[in-house]
Amino acid sequence: MNNKIINWFKFASPQSFYPLAGRMIPWFWALTAIFTVAGLWISFFVAPTDAQQGEGYRIIFIHVPASWMSMFIYLVLAFWAGLGLALNTRLSGMMAQALAPTGALMAFLSLWTGAFWGKPMWGTWWVWDARLTSELILFFLYIGFIALQAAIDDPRRADKAGAILALVGAVNIPIIYFSVKWWNTLHQGSSVNLAKSSMAQTMLWGMLLMALAFWMYAIAVALTRARAIILERERHTEWIKEVVR
Amino acid sequence: MLAIIRRDLLIAARRKSEVLTALFFFVIVTSLFPLGIGPEPTLLKKIAPGVLWVAALLATMLGLTRMFAPDHADGTLEQMALAPTPFGLLVAGKVVAHWLVSGLPLVLLAPVLGIQFDLDAGALGILVVALLLGTPLLSLVGAIGAALTLGVRGGGVLLSLLVLPLYVPALIFGAGAVEAHISGLGAGGHLSLLAALLALAVFFAPWATTAALRIALE
Amino acid sequence: MQWNSVGEFFAMGGYGLYVWGSFGVCAAAMVIEPLLVSKRNRDILSSLRRERLADEIESQQS
Repeated sequence: MNNKIINWFKFASPQSFYPLAGRMIPWFWALTAIFTVAGLWISFFVAPTDAQQGEGYRIIFIHVPASWMSMFIYLVLAFWAGLGLALNTRLSGMMAQALAPTGALMAFLSLWTGAFWGKPMWGTWWVWDARLTSELILFFLYIGFIALQAAIDDPRRADKAGAILALVGAVNIPIIYFSVKWWNTLHQGSSVNLAKSSMAQTMLWGMLLMALAFWMYAIAVALTRARAIILERERHTEWIKEVVR
Repeated sequence: MLAIIRRDLLIAARRKSEVLTALFFFVIVTSLFPLGIGPEPTLLKKIAPGVLWVAALLATMLGLTRMFAPDHADGTLEQMALAPTPFGLLVAGKVVAHWLVSGLPLVLLAPVLGIQFDLDAGALGILVVALLLGTPLLSLVGAIGAALTLGVRGGGVLLSLLVLPLYVPALIFGAGAVEAHISGLGAGGHLSLLAALLALAVFFAPWATTAALRIALE
Repeated sequence: MQWNSVGEFFAMGGYGLYVWGSFGVCAAAMVIEPLLVSKRNRDILSSLRRERLADEIESQQS
């Protein structure tokens, strides 16, 4: 038991995390490739044409995973932020910082693909649908987090300030979601339901595989970015000099 | 805490121009909308709650940067953090003072502006109640942003980027209350949700603000 | 398999612009982001190497 605790803290130091991440990254890229190929195969060649939406529905194979990941990454980011505040570990802040741009990208992709799906289905690029609106606000939250961290020069302060913002945002996301949903039902802007039509089994599989591919991609990119952040921040320590050798 | 409120109010009283600027900003922004959209009363009545609320959000934003920055600059904030009184209480006092200076005047001014938009007496009453519940919420949430951006490059613009997305629920329920009243649905649900959000913010926002201030003071 | 020809595949039953617009941007973003990140990694590594080299030269001269 005692051993386990020690092990955990061992990996929590940037020095031992750096090589570990380096070893893990290729595996996550391999998994990304496998899941992407399998997911794309199902999305384009196995999943049947949708009765109502024709071939256009195939956009949901990337739209839904991107939306899921944008929300999931924010949760993970808030988790690291909370851990960093509670235990005062250096690595947590770096992980949060490494995740933010990928999360923002996912939110952006979710909006982009949502617009490209909405144009043929609803006849307009944008509707103030509850989900799209919440996704937009989530995107703003990511941008705010990145901007705040970029504006503070001292990395320790940037980590802590970002952590508080991430936690405040995480508390607010459900409130924002429900308020937007409520606002939407009151105004009855759009009454079209996303993918409510009974989904074929293969479609679900395609979506799951693509979601796994996005997930593995996010881990691989975040780990790579975390390594760059470690190098940048710890550049004056002895062990970095050993790494460069 | 009362001493802090008195002190901040005194400082605000000496700098009347800043308070008045925010108020006139509120007046001007709301008056610009009819000029931009056209004087049609039914349309104006429809957009009035939203316009008044958005203008109120922006007007309270103006005072946020001044909430902690002067005290931070002259070292008073550090003294407060070390004082025997709990820091959270002092911060809460500063938030109350901010609300009294930049929130309350908006609440009092809003019905006058509402008349410009052809709102009837009932709707004006709801507007005042909604703003009365909503503006403290804006001050509380804004305080977190003000504390986070304290002493940061480009703090003012960054502050609006951080805080405005968090204002969305207040905007939705606040403007929604008036709209619901106008359309005859009754504003009770909106107002009670706004009150619930305010209660939540009263508990959590000062805590987050003090944590952020301590980081800024390190 | 519901595609009879390559052209049909790219037309996506009339939804070509939207489907490929989504997948294309998605693919582009997911190629560019790792490239940018690995460039950042290489940049910091090469600057660290230069620093080290400078240190070594300095210690040799003294």
